[in-house]
Amino acid sequence: MERIENKQILKTKHLLGIKGLCREDMELILKTSGSFKEVLQTPNKKVAALKGVTIVNMFFENSTRTKISFEMAEKRLSADVVNFSASSSSLKKGETLIDTARNIEAMKIDMVVMRHSTPGAHKMLMDNLDSIIINAGDGAHEHPTQAILDLMSIVEKIPDLNGKRVTLIGDIIHSRVAISNIHALKLMGAKVQVCGPSTLMPRGIENIGVDVIYDLEEAIENSDVMNILRIQLERHVGPSFPSLREYHNYWGITNEKLARAKNDILILHPGPMNRGVEIDDDVADGDHQVILEQVLNGVASRMAILYLLSANIGGIK
Amino acid sequence: MINNIDINKPLFKNLQRLCLIKNGTIIDPYKEKEYSSDILIKNGKIEKISKKINEPDADIIDAEGKYISPGFFDMHVHLRDPGNEQSENLITGTNAAMSGGFTGIAAMPNTDPCVDNIFVYESIQKRAERLLVEVYQIPAATKNRDGKVIVEMTELAGMGARAFTDDGSGIQSSETMRGAVTYSSMFNIPILVHAEDDTFGKGVMNESFTSTELGMTGIPNICESSMVARDIEITRYVKGKVHFQHISTKESVELIKNAKKEGLKITAEATPHHFSLTDKEVETFSTDYKMNPPLRTSADVNAVIEGLKDGTIDAIASDHAPHSTEKKNVEFDYAPFGVLGLETLFSASVTYLVRKNKIDMMELLKKIVVNPRKILAVEPNMLEKGQVADLVIFDNKKRWKVKRNELLSLSRNTCFNDQYHYGKVFCTINKNRIYQR
Repeated sequence: MERIENKQILKTKHLLGIKGLCREDMELILKTSGSFKEVLQTPNKKVAALKGVTIVNMFFENSTRTKISFEMAEKRLSADVVNFSASSSSLKKGETLIDTARNIEAMKIDMVVMRHSTPGAHKMLMDNLDSIIINAGDGAHEHPTQAILDLMSIVEKIPDLNGKRVTLIGDIIHSRVAISNIHALKLMGAKVQVCGPSTLMPRGIENIGVDVIYDLEEAIENSDVMNILRIQLERHVGPSFPSLREYHNYWGITNEKLARAKNDILILHPGPMNRGVEIDDDVADGDHQVILEQVLNGVASRMAILYLLSANIGGIK
Repeated sequence: MINNIDINKPLFKNLQRLCLIKNGTIIDPYKEKEYSSDILIKNGKIEKISKKINEPDADIIDAEGKYISPGFFDMHVHLRDPGNEQSENLITGTNAAMSGGFTGIAAMPNTDPCVDNIFVYESIQKRAERLLVEVYQIPAATKNRDGKVIVEMTELAGMGARAFTDDGSGIQSSETMRGAVTYSSMFNIPILVHAEDDTFGKGVMNESFTSTELGMTGIPNICESSMVARDIEITRYVKGKVHFQHISTKESVELIKNAKKEGLKITAEATPHHFSLTDKEVETFSTDYKMNPPLRTSADVNAVIEGLKDGTIDAIASDHAPHSTEKKNVEFDYAPFGVLGLETLFSASVTYLVRKNKIDMMELLKKIVVNPRKILAVEPNMLEKGQVADLVIFDNKKRWKVKRNELLSLSRNTCFNDQYHYGKVFCTINKNRIYQR
């Protein structure tokens, strides 16, 4: 491959989560992501790095942007891509996940990208297949590629995260993005805090090494970066969530509240956004946000991850 | 044949007319005595207990270096029969029981059909006759175990039912619970309580930092302890009798301890997995660690052990819950709750309690021989001349590796696979039937 010299090897063979990933691996992924971002900005946008490699995207849960982002990354690397989603699957006919995956693997594939609602489903896949497994989200457990693209978007602006404070805001309890982000940010030396209503804070979250605060204004004042998580509209109003109105009033990010922030505060949102709930138009389209940059970085970093992990094809187990 | 097991073949043999157990040490938790003695069994009854017995006509069992105790009793077993015989049945379940040293077990009623009437009850009791292990089928507390209408307790109690339970789920309605405890108190029979408040949602593991990190839905401690608290209140109010099953949280232990101090008719049991393992095991994502109540934190494990030590928890029971490999080998969220226990209850107790000096062997035997029988009003199985021979011979020092494929249960879902345990049952005898490894 022309642009990426000295193919370096990751210590990890699969990407199931950020937990357990070492800093050298993360740095290599970020560096490689930067190179692929350059590729994406050329008119051709495509390299032959994964020519002849077959990748299956197995999505057992709805996803728009993650699925498109992976597919885009795979195509930009010239891989052969097969998409598979739960609605068109045989799982409804009673076949187990392992059988489904083994059947697909029998058709000779190299890598599997999977999203699944159950934490740990990827480990099961890894234990039963020879393919390289990439986690595209498992329940509320991990979403490692999201954390990597978020991290990439942050370090582009703040190269040294040591001592910088990053705040994750909103629905921490149902969020795979939160857990992966916390691990990734801490790996790079950032101070992490989580902010939102107490009912959206999972038990013992402070033990992971983050500060928990409920007061958004305080969080805004002391943050260098804020990553605003999506409120799942369909899920929340109930015994522990009074209304979207109250949420917006106290935890929604508005320009008015941002007046207290540091001048160069960075705003991220993993999408899809609920404008007027967790983020206002003024902020979503404002000067501090890098939301669309995150989307582009998503493709670049997924290219990097697929490319680096492909070094192990045929060589594991 | 399933898992290379003949599902129709009981593994006990008939005892010869005369059988002599020689050179063993009797450990008697009823009288709290330990002494070396031979035992002569004639026609399934204890003919003689004495220092040295010579009986040339008898079959000899050499118990040198081993203990002889009255047979164990597991008051919490799921036999899956009728309805789920691919996981276990009466034969394979009792095979597992006798290899674990049990001469008596209480079978839970969450079968299909549910044991909520005399016809199902009678048919199971009838099929369980003439086995080595005595099966005490416990009927449901409410019809269909749906927590609404209590079963015909008078009739069932009249036919020998020792308790009632909706085990597998908690009785949600406080009014139904009050009805069940009040009604059963007429016969001085306990309700066995599966304490779980369903309105906390549907978790798959303990709610803790571990569930947070794994992104799994949690089952909080209060899901159990709030129901324990409610049922203590009900028991006091109606002057009833309840037994708390599979206690897993420190809060429940504390509540039960205080209720017992008050003198309420309350007893409790704990399972080996709740005094030996923590929710950290779930980090492997193995469904061998998915059970309900779930594995908790080390603070809870320690509280359960304290409860066993101070007598708050009367009995150790397995909550033997067989599930076929097909059912268990799926994504964690989709797997059924439950683990095997009959064949590891004794060894796990020796390994995690006796050898760690939490309780001694005599105390352990009270919790697996005497107390469960007392709670269910089952005749005590004393080792005395004239009594039925109901005993187990075990080696408490024997070290062995638990291997799921070597268990006699039809299912394979043990949470102790590949662990080294101490304590192995060598031989189980009840009346004129013997199981020998």
